[in-house]
Amino acid sequence: MARPNVLLTPAAGFDFDNAARNVALEGLFEGGQTPKPLKTGTTIAGVVFKDGVVLGADTRATSSEVVADKMCAKIHYIAPNIYCCGAGTAADTEKTTDLVSSNLTIFSLNSDRNPRVVMAVNILQDMLYRYHGKIGASLILGGVDCTGNHLYTVGPYGSVNTMPYLAMGSGDLAALGILEDRFKPDLELEEAKELVRVAIHAGIMSDLGSGNNVDICVITRKGADYIRPFQESEYKDTRKMKYRYRPGTTPVLTEKVVPLELEVVQETVQQMDTA
Amino acid sequence: MLGETEPEWLSEEVKTGTTIIAIEFNAGVVLGSDSRVSAGASVVNRVMNKLSPLHDKIYCALSGSAADAQTIAEIVNYQLDVHSTEIGEDPQVRSAATLVRNISYKYKEELSAHLIVAGWDRRDGGQVFATLNGLLTRQPFAIGGSGSSYVYGFVDAEYRRGMSKEECQQFVVNTLSLAMNRDGSSGGVAYIVTIDEQGTEEKVILGNDLPTFVDQ
Repeated sequence: MARPNVLLTPAAGFDFDNAARNVALEGLFEGGQTPKPLKTGTTIAGVVFKDGVVLGADTRATSSEVVADKMCAKIHYIAPNIYCCGAGTAADTEKTTDLVSSNLTIFSLNSDRNPRVVMAVNILQDMLYRYHGKIGASLILGGVDCTGNHLYTVGPYGSVNTMPYLAMGSGDLAALGILEDRFKPDLELEEAKELVRVAIHAGIMSDLGSGNNVDICVITRKGADYIRPFQESEYKDTRKMKYRYRPGTTPVLTEKVVPLELEVVQETVQQMDTA
Repeated sequence: MLGETEPEWLSEEVKTGTTIIAIEFNAGVVLGSDSRVSAGASVVNRVMNKLSPLHDKIYCALSGSAADAQTIAEIVNYQLDVHSTEIGEDPQVRSAATLVRNISYKYKEELSAHLIVAGWDRRDGGQVFATLNGLLTRQPFAIGGSGSSYVYGFVDAEYRRGMSKEECQQFVVNTLSLAMNRDGSSGGVAYIVTIDEQGTEEKVILGNDLPTFVDQ
């Protein structure tokens, strides 16, 4: 079970309490097929550079073949020095990152220390492993803390990988192609931003589930710079979002006033108690 | 686009199709692994170090499901830490292997991971233990993972008792190289860890520097 409070030590070892319940639930559905959660195609990437970490993501959220959200925010706040990109089921990534964020805030207040990236990774890995892949969240965590610049990825089954450059989501192979070709250690800030932008752009171009704008988040010792959008899509939507008309736009041709004759039938007074 | 399903590897469990090997020599052990982590047909990580420390002089080699193997290694790392504080000295390799075996056996239906535990302790020197499916057996050498099937013949024919440290390291590198060439789920670079009384030495051998055999 997800622990709402990090101060409670979870029981040691594996927890398979929900296995029996899940089997029973499957029996309730026709054909034993539980409903499949909706996935959002995504391209997310992260790069470690000289002074910190750059995270990038596209902004398309899809519901089967329809774009549900063109300006979806996939880079989630975890701590002032830690951000997390999420791919997979949108609800799962949102809730999981919120949980980790509140856990680390409690830890921060309790210990008077800034949270470290490994803490977020451990909490996430622990939780995702306990749910055996049922929480469909593939996350890229990046941040800068007292021990250095870090970039980790946590898979939905709870496996952790750490590399100087990473990409996840349905567009990850396209982005990884760019990263494998152009990544160098100790990049400068502008080079790193450009590399991530090109990588996400490759995902947007080559993957149907990714698209629209590119968001970037730069994290350094000084803090985080969340640039949304970093690059706007070439295909702009020119429809107006709001349709407001000045009073007088529609001409009034005739006006007819009909007074309603009302009769008082009953009058009651109720005292208001202001004590 | 309508009715198109996403690629399977996106939702498939991440496995470490692997080659792992551990071998004991007169004064210690040598562990070796490849570095490929796959999810279906996609390589998720091409440089993963599958040799995970359980204690200063005890390492384990991971194979099977990446999440299961990593989690077992982390849990046993914690348990060994507590145990070594309780006994006031470095733990025995057999203790580490027993802890791994206990988890592998108790949850054998739910888990899909095989760890080879190897290390050095003061009492028995270098030791290698296999913990497949919950058994515990000490062996002069052990191989595991999907790539091991291709090299059983090689290791059975080439292993000799009483090899020196350098000969063992070469044996491990040769085995890994042969397996990585034949097994699609193994590849990348080779990680070698040598543990003896003096300490622990970790080494990476890049793809180009691996030994080549016939037809290469």
